[in-house]
Amino acid sequence: MKASIKVALAGNPNSGKTTIFNSLTGARQHVGNYPGVTVEKKEGTCRHGDVQIQVVDLPGTYSLSAYSIEELVARDFIVEEKPDVVVDIIDASNLERNLYLAVQIMELGVPLVLAFNMSDTAKARGYEFDLETLSELLSAPIVTTVGNKGEGITELLDAIVSAAAKQDTWQSAKIVYGKEVEEELAKLAPLVARETAAAEKYGLRWLTVKLLENDQSLLEMVSSPELLAAVEASSKHLQGIFGDPPEIVITDRRYGFISGACTETVRSTVEARHTMSDKIDTVVTNRLLGLPIFFAMMYLVFQLTFTIGDPFMGWIEQIFGWLGGIIEGFWPAGSESALKSLLVDGIIGGVGGVIVFLPNILLLFMAIAILEDSGYMARAAFIMDHLMHKIGLHGKSFIPLVIGFGCTIPAIMATRTLESRRDRLTTMLVAPLMSCGARLPIYALIIPAFFPQQWHAPMLWIIYLIGIILAIVCAKLLRATLFKGESTPFVMELPPYRVPTLRGIVIHMWDRGWMYLKKAGTIILGISILLWAMTTYPKKEVFARDYPAEIAQLQAAYPKDTGVKNAEALQAKIMNLQQAQRAEELTYSIAGRIGHGLEPLLKPMGFDWRVGTALIGAFAAKEVFVAQMGIVFSVGEADAESEVLRDRLRENYTPLAAFCIMIFCLISTPCMATIAVTRRESNSWGWALFQLGGLTALAYVLTVFVYQAGSLLSIGTG
Amino acid sequence: MNRAANNLQPLSMIAPGRRARIVTVNAGRGLQARLAEMGLVPGTVIDVIQNSGSGAFVVAVKQGRLMLGRGMAHKIMVG
Repeated sequence: MKASIKVALAGNPNSGKTTIFNSLTGARQHVGNYPGVTVEKKEGTCRHGDVQIQVVDLPGTYSLSAYSIEELVARDFIVEEKPDVVVDIIDASNLERNLYLAVQIMELGVPLVLAFNMSDTAKARGYEFDLETLSELLSAPIVTTVGNKGEGITELLDAIVSAAAKQDTWQSAKIVYGKEVEEELAKLAPLVARETAAAEKYGLRWLTVKLLENDQSLLEMVSSPELLAAVEASSKHLQGIFGDPPEIVITDRRYGFISGACTETVRSTVEARHTMSDKIDTVVTNRLLGLPIFFAMMYLVFQLTFTIGDPFMGWIEQIFGWLGGIIEGFWPAGSESALKSLLVDGIIGGVGGVIVFLPNILLLFMAIAILEDSGYMARAAFIMDHLMHKIGLHGKSFIPLVIGFGCTIPAIMATRTLESRRDRLTTMLVAPLMSCGARLPIYALIIPAFFPQQWHAPMLWIIYLIGIILAIVCAKLLRATLFKGESTPFVMELPPYRVPTLRGIVIHMWDRGWMYLKKAGTIILGISILLWAMTTYPKKEVFARDYPAEIAQLQAAYPKDTGVKNAEALQAKIMNLQQAQRAEELTYSIAGRIGHGLEPLLKPMGFDWRVGTALIGAFAAKEVFVAQMGIVFSVGEADAESEVLRDRLRENYTPLAAFCIMIFCLISTPCMATIAVTRRESNSWGWALFQLGGLTALAYVLTVFVYQAGSLLSIGTG
Repeated sequence: MNRAANNLQPLSMIAPGRRARIVTVNAGRGLQARLAEMGLVPGTVIDVIQNSGSGAFVVAVKQGRLMLGRGMAHKIMVG
């Protein structure tokens, strides 16, 4: 017996596969991507007796054809990685449909163990199985499990180990496709055998069947034109006999085999199946109520994420502030130290600014897990599909886009629920256009500074609307060019409603949270340090004014100096001087110089070097823009409510330029965390840089247009 | 035209609670095969569970439930 075996977990979506995977591996999981594709790959390990078992969770699929990237990934994994055993998780209450995948795995000839999951539900619905006979007919051991209660896991592990021991002599059930099809298969077999490499890899019979099934990815591998012609001829011949193409006939025969096995072994005693779910659905997917219920649910998710998360965010901020204070305490007060500045401003400030969003991420993924596991997500996707289809997206794209109003990071992570790569990348690329919460302080600063009271709300609304419209336009554009192709037709399995398990939700949250923390510790840490250095170096040694001397003078003159009335005013004056010094330093730093260097480029948009410098800071996090503007205008600690800063802005910019700043911040350069997460989720720097470049270019062109057109028409220039 | 063909109608016309047998699917080869794999093979008997004008279209196929887009339901001919 082998000391370690590799097991692949297959199963339909909604079969409870993830729950079984979690029960098998617990927290010993690793999430990654399958090489080269955006399909998530989960791996884990467990021990059973003396055997070390490595479990790989294949993507949930209905079949092993090559219609979707997930199916291709699952198939390639079985064929190329040659797991010792494949476990197919089957929803026992939807047996025939679920066995379709099992039959396909069987045809690959690998040792197969069937886990009849949710067997309690099936029993409650009145199904009785003769498992012994069914197992014989399918030539595969069957174990009953109840995933969410952890029942049957030990038996499943026993079956896995014993199937692995028998793998050299394993005999899969053979499906006979009927006289006519078998004749054609026999005709093609000698030609297929000549494709030695492929035939050896996939098995002669399986490959022959698949070619006849018009499997595009395998047909592309075939080198001999003779074989292609023969497949074509056989296909025509069968179409002539049956009136349907061979893949339909073959699918029909597979279902025939399944229903043959099931009629002998499955008895249904009650006709009460799905009744409760159907009743809920008549309300939830109702033509009139469906949308309102959906929006109410989304509102709840939004509220949960950003309201409940708030106090936790406050605590995390405090913890980082306290940590910064402690570290600052290592140096004597008022002293200058590069190391202190790096630790406090660069690392703690930068990484803290990212970790602060962790509660949001956890809450959001908790909400999503509940919606997914309960079965509501399938309904929500359907309800939104009609609307989303018009902009070339899938119903499921709506959820990440809504989340994007809160924060783009979890929005991009939420695109994982999308099955098609085209839909997923399109959604990911346009998600930053949904104006996130971090951009709100910028609008909150600028709008009251330049626009009359009655225009405040409409202005904010216009900004958000511009984002939404651009997202729609970009999505349409992307789907018509880069991600061309028919949008996935809407056919979806409707799982019955279930009560989600706490364990599943916790594992889900942990997965996402951990991934986020890892990112904060690596990529974001690096960029934070870089940005800190850019705004700090080179250090200015000689200043236009002698700030420390002026401060000392002020302090010495107080309280005799008549210009300063009280301690508070003195403090304010000192602060002003310190800020002026900081501004001088900033101008001298790399970021300041880049700002100056960028000025010719920024001029057409109505921006000066100060805006340019602030925009560089905004790349770290959008809300940094406000603080940076405060620094360059030397008005002290600036926040979105700073009246002094508003005055200075009014002195320096026209309302038109201010509007342009807002639309540029809305569209351009998603923050560095967005870029990092897009890179991770798309598994390619290419897409991340495309998003960065594309959005920045779009922002530039649009802002220049608005500024120039506005100037020409003298709108908001006074 | 024979009598069977006369009786053909799109699935989208079937009222909820009614039973129908799939005769043919008017779609490209790929989509046909996809639907077949989901259990919508010509010859299969399906029950219409929900059919509400422009809203959801739900059918019972084998022991499961499938939700179809309206466009999809137009392409499936039943008799």
